[in-house]
Amino acid sequence: MTIEFSLNCEHVSIDVDPTKRLLDVLRDDFGLTGVKEGCSEGECGACCVLLNGQLVTSCIIPIAGVHGQDVRTIEWVRTTRLGETIIQSYADGGAVQCGFCIPGMVMASYYLLSNNPNPTKKEIRKGISGNMCRCTGYDLIVESIYLAAKRVGELHKARG
Amino acid sequence: MADMRNDKARKDAISKASGRETYVGDLSLDGMIYACLVRTSVPRGIIKSITLPPLPDGYYYFDDRNIPENGRNELWMIQKDWKCFAAGSSGYVGETIGILCGPDRTLLYSLRDQIKVEYEEQTPAVSIEDSLALVGGPIIGENNYHCTVELQAGDGDIDEIMKNAYRVVEEKFSTGHQEHMHLETNGMMVNYEDGKYVYYASCQCPFYIRKSVAGIIGATPEDIIVRQMSTGGAFGGKEHFPDVVAGPLILAEYYLKKPIKLIFNREEDTQFSVKRHPSVVKFKTALDRKGNILAMDSIVYYNAGRYLASSYIVIQRGCMHIEGVYKFPVARTRGYSMATNTFPSCAFRGFGAPQTIFAVETHMTHIAEKLGVDPVEYKRRYLIKQGDTTITNGKIVENVRTPELIEKVCKASDYFEKSRKYGFGSGKGIGFSLYNHGGAFTGNGESAIIKAVVKVCKRKDGTVLIKAGQTEMGQGFSSAVCRIAAKTLGIPYEKVIYKYPDTSVVPDSGPTAASRSTMVPGNLVMKACEELKARWDEADELECEAHYEHPEGYPWDQASFQGYAYLGYGWGACVVEVEVDPRTAETKIKGIWSAHDVGNCIDPLIVHGQVNGGIAQGIGWASTELLENKGGYFKQHSMSDYIIPTSMDLPAQEVYYANEPYKWGPYGAKGMGELVFNGSGAAYVDALSRAINRKIDSIPNPTEVIMGHILHSEKLTEDKR
Repeated sequence: MTIEFSLNCEHVSIDVDPTKRLLDVLRDDFGLTGVKEGCSEGECGACCVLLNGQLVTSCIIPIAGVHGQDVRTIEWVRTTRLGETIIQSYADGGAVQCGFCIPGMVMASYYLLSNNPNPTKKEIRKGISGNMCRCTGYDLIVESIYLAAKRVGELHKARG
Repeated sequence: MADMRNDKARKDAISKASGRETYVGDLSLDGMIYACLVRTSVPRGIIKSITLPPLPDGYYYFDDRNIPENGRNELWMIQKDWKCFAAGSSGYVGETIGILCGPDRTLLYSLRDQIKVEYEEQTPAVSIEDSLALVGGPIIGENNYHCTVELQAGDGDIDEIMKNAYRVVEEKFSTGHQEHMHLETNGMMVNYEDGKYVYYASCQCPFYIRKSVAGIIGATPEDIIVRQMSTGGAFGGKEHFPDVVAGPLILAEYYLKKPIKLIFNREEDTQFSVKRHPSVVKFKTALDRKGNILAMDSIVYYNAGRYLASSYIVIQRGCMHIEGVYKFPVARTRGYSMATNTFPSCAFRGFGAPQTIFAVETHMTHIAEKLGVDPVEYKRRYLIKQGDTTITNGKIVENVRTPELIEKVCKASDYFEKSRKYGFGSGKGIGFSLYNHGGAFTGNGESAIIKAVVKVCKRKDGTVLIKAGQTEMGQGFSSAVCRIAAKTLGIPYEKVIYKYPDTSVVPDSGPTAASRSTMVPGNLVMKACEELKARWDEADELECEAHYEHPEGYPWDQASFQGYAYLGYGWGACVVEVEVDPRTAETKIKGIWSAHDVGNCIDPLIVHGQVNGGIAQGIGWASTELLENKGGYFKQHSMSDYIIPTSMDLPAQEVYYANEPYKWGPYGAKGMGELVFNGSGAAYVDALSRAINRKIDSIPNPTEVIMGHILHSEKLTEDKR
């Protein structure tokens, strides 16, 4: 079956089993390996992508479901100003350990800060509660997202 | 104190956060096919027959019958008892029968499900109690002991002391299986390149894999190259277990000579990988009329599962930490590593120490409460200090700063005020624990067994390359070691390069385990860099190496297990505050405070992350991480039924230090990766017990178990204080 969708702002078309998971299509067919497989059941968030601007887990979405839709992955987010700021803040804030959950975590951070540029730490905890991390205990991730929000705020101020 | 502030982020942070880092699952080679393991489905039995479906072209199955004549069906960990293939009998659910290879993953799993295995089933022994009762007959030897250990320190006949004591307090504690649940499952790829078997592996110990699997095809370790890939969490789960994945792969590769990738799915990784040892610890503690401890006697049982793996050392570690951070006049412990028909237990952060530390901490708390003394006050009376004798009859070498650690956490958390105010059964509780962890291999293990070597290489472009077998699995070694080298050489951090180890390039500097990497290989890097600095102008390219030497004057006898077990311990204190709804048993953690002595922080931000993560895992172990084994089958299979903490389950932690620089570590650093797991479980259980005024002597405690305690367990105290 031919499935067409917008992937990281480019129109793509693929002939594929409609039940193949979006996650597998992204990784195997488009080589977007920044999208990670953690739990395979929509629980851990390592495979998070944006579908029409909403944060979703790509391991439980059949590719047929994204026909005509807009999909964005970490490979796109990292090219944006906000994405770059989040990534740099994660590095500076010590948020990254093994790193396997982190691309998904960055996606959740991007979604959160896009919708709420000045979150409280409590709102940040809620914002990443669908993303599991086994290394960090979450504190430095929360701090890093808070740092990213501040940096984005300063950017806006500087731009006036 | 060394000045090593974090002006620069860790080396791997940007690559990982931007999704550019390559894990083995992301790796793809030309002509690559996939593999999956075929496993047993009964905990104990004879395999009568294996019937395969017709295999399409390009699909292959291998098992023990395909092992070449000069090969052996064994994995070489500490012993060679773990079979690579089940070969006729099943000792636990999930034992590897064979390996299936082919180009399409979906078809591969479907073919696997069509394989029919007939068994003659036997009665399994699943729990420690089953094993002691020899349910189904002995699994190994006459008594199911994989191994035993006995340690005693202090003068006097402990049985006599018990007989004559004013009071003897007897208690029993137990803990359950714990799954590592690293976000990246186990996986590796093998390929035949230029006459060598080359592994691309998610692992902690590349040299372990070489040694373990070479014999299967009659090869030598030198015929094998292991290249570590970025490893998405390990925590001990990728110390020996990758051998079990690599074994069947080398046999397939022996025949196929093409890239084969084997990645566990989450369900496989949860059910069919090693776990933390379940434990039963029994104490008999003799008190005098005033409540002073005269002697503590203990028996420690660990459920090791069917094969030994690292259980020999895990039970030793458990027994060596039985006194916790205390010194008792007389102490004796006897440890038994029990064989059962469960998946073998193996390394998991803490390596046997968390179980005995939970037990001794909770026991001490209970004794204090019986005596009507605040547990912190009571524990203070027994703190071990420099020069005191340990249970292996060595001495504590370093200055022990536990009194400061206690001060810091109690002050920050307002422990004494809250302890008084909340009392028992108010729905609010504050709990406290103390803990330690001996850094690096026990006794003379570093010099007698490991003999670590590291190299540092000055290159033409002015950069310096670190060559060590140490892996990066998230703990931050790759950055810490570069900081050590940069500081020693007086060059920028950016000029020092660490690469994921390749066994054909780096020397064997021992496993990335036992909280030893910064402490021991890190120190060797410092030494090698001192030499390199002195000889810097000799040439454009220069290589210096350093070999481990054990400090003189701290004897250890491996045969009798006597002497200086560890030269440097990490020390910790933790306070946890909880609120419990008495009607629903729902529990909310309100605060976590910890203070540690980690020697010195090479990279304070990385240490901070380790503290946060270790404490979170410890709380997970003690609270929600229930992994039940019914009749040999794990009941939980996934991340939706095995519950690890989320960001909403934990409050922000407060972290403090009282660091005592370690004499033989790089810039004073000592081991800390495991330490930070060891104590939060006991503090959590203490807080929970006080909140509901019930005696809790087991781990884990998910909501339904807490409700069980509220309804059925003995009261902690009648005293309302």
